[in-house]
Amino acid sequence: MEHCGVWILAQQQNGAVERISYELLSRGLELAHKRNSPLGAMLFGCQINPADLAELIERGADLVVVVDSPQLEHFLVESYALCMLEIIKEYHPEIIIAGATSLGRTLMPYVAIKAGAGLTADCTGLDIEPETGLLLQTRPAIGGNIMATIKTPRHRPQMATVRPRSTQPAAKVPGRVGRIINHPVPKLPAARMAREGFVPNEEGQSLADADIVVVVGRGIKKAENLPLIYRLAGQLNAAVGATRDVVDRGWLSYPHQVGLSGATISPRLYIGIGLSGSIQHIAGMQTAETIVAVNSDANAQIFKLADFGIVGDLFNVVPALAQLLQERGLHAPSR
Amino acid sequence: MIINYNEKVTPVRIIVCIKQVPETKSVKMDEATGTVIREGVEAIINPLDLYAIELAIRLRDSYGGEVISISMGPPKAITALKEAIAMGVDTAILISDAGFAGSDTWATSHILAAAIRRITDYNLVICGERATDGDTGQVGPGLAAWLDLPVATYVSRISEINNRHCRLNRLVEDGYEQLTCQLPCVLTVVKEISQPRLPTLSGKLKAKAMQIPVWNNDTLQLDPAQVGLQGSPTRVVRVIKPKLTRSCRLVTAADETTAAQAAADMIAFLDQKQLL
Repeated sequence: MEHCGVWILAQQQNGAVERISYELLSRGLELAHKRNSPLGAMLFGCQINPADLAELIERGADLVVVVDSPQLEHFLVESYALCMLEIIKEYHPEIIIAGATSLGRTLMPYVAIKAGAGLTADCTGLDIEPETGLLLQTRPAIGGNIMATIKTPRHRPQMATVRPRSTQPAAKVPGRVGRIINHPVPKLPAARMAREGFVPNEEGQSLADADIVVVVGRGIKKAENLPLIYRLAGQLNAAVGATRDVVDRGWLSYPHQVGLSGATISPRLYIGIGLSGSIQHIAGMQTAETIVAVNSDANAQIFKLADFGIVGDLFNVVPALAQLLQERGLHAPSR
Repeated sequence: MIINYNEKVTPVRIIVCIKQVPETKSVKMDEATGTVIREGVEAIINPLDLYAIELAIRLRDSYGGEVISISMGPPKAITALKEAIAMGVDTAILISDAGFAGSDTWATSHILAAAIRRITDYNLVICGERATDGDTGQVGPGLAAWLDLPVATYVSRISEINNRHCRLNRLVEDGYEQLTCQLPCVLTVVKEISQPRLPTLSGKLKAKAMQIPVWNNDTLQLDPAQVGLQGSPTRVVRVIKPKLTRSCRLVTAADETTAAQAAADMIAFLDQKQLL
């Protein structure tokens, strides 16, 4: 069977298409262009905003296939997988890319097994090999110590997940033409999982979505000193992250942890305060666009990775930064 | 913390999948096959698997039952299983065959699923969220697909469990989902789930004396074309040590007075990149 077409797995929340979908379109457009094939987007949810579906077309999809049902309101792997497998069976895509989000990292490996497909997780690079037309999937491994390039020679579709915020969202092209298809809801068996509730994160931005992240390390010395960091983050409208040390000491909770056994982030700006930059931590942030750091130790590993660094006492430097930001009118919101 | 609701609970039988991984600091790759060279490198239990083991032991201690740890790897992976026994796991099985080497996550989950099917009669399969070498997090959901079981990933808390279902918290980007899941099911867990215990002396003695069975492909009878390097849909074609392409501009702030200047320099740098 001839597999053709590059597809993205778009994501929505409460009926609104999420930003990762537009980032995926950006990647997808490049691949579809090189393969000279159409670009499709598949999306599952409930009462999805029609304007958002149109925006997927404006931003590059030739075809949007939606499965819309109350049973799909929240992500449940078995239901979403059934929908995805139906679309794979009907459209036989050559390539499917998804975000390396909590959803993508759960749904894609599950579907890869059911579909007999090859999957590469957490890619930082995707390209087409000119001689063969195969998808080249590049990703870090061993805590970021190496970069591996991976191919899926025979199994189809070739599936890959892409780190959120490692791509610019595809630009809108007003008046761009495409098709939106409401795919009939497949017969879904009685769900074996149910979502009963949701507890949102405390305050501030979600780590994964933030443009700017201020990450604090052991150098902060105690939890009582954290307001210094919160203020700076507030002024920059940044999320607050933490190293494993800080989380293990109970100064910040686990959802703040950035690193090999925490979150992987790829913000526009990463600011590391009072952290040395262990390999395990770096694995979680090395794809940040710009990296700056403050540490009293000139030999700290983080400086090898940074674009700009201050060697100094954070208890002098951070207030100085806050002062300067204050002077230009950047104030932390009152908590 | 596990809350025992008013149901008569039968003992739990839990399978914990663990992996022996190289200590992240020392890395060697076989450039020809694109696989990790495991000989001569310090090997540890994948750190996140320790949390899976701890959860399993706590559940068994609350409800009675059995924890079985399984691992797919080369012969030396037996030390990882012994460490799990020393922590308090009841039994262990090593799944090892020359033909399994070089398996990607598809082939690995295929092999582990076959072993799990042989074990039968379990309530839970628990894995760490991901391994620090491959870093994919794919085996857990893959197992669920092979075994046709529900799967909850990024589990940070189990608030209730009985023989029919469990209630759990799942950590997502913007908070926690509260889910119920029918048993048997697959769980992948994050650090928040528990604090792993240290092996005990009596545990170490038990581990030392224990004969851990090895299941190879004669036991599992899988199609050789579907395991190992040959059976892997994905193929590593190139491996490079990434070059550090950033050059850091460093300024010094030796004291309070120079701190202000250093801060101004940093802000000027950020302005230049239009980041503020």
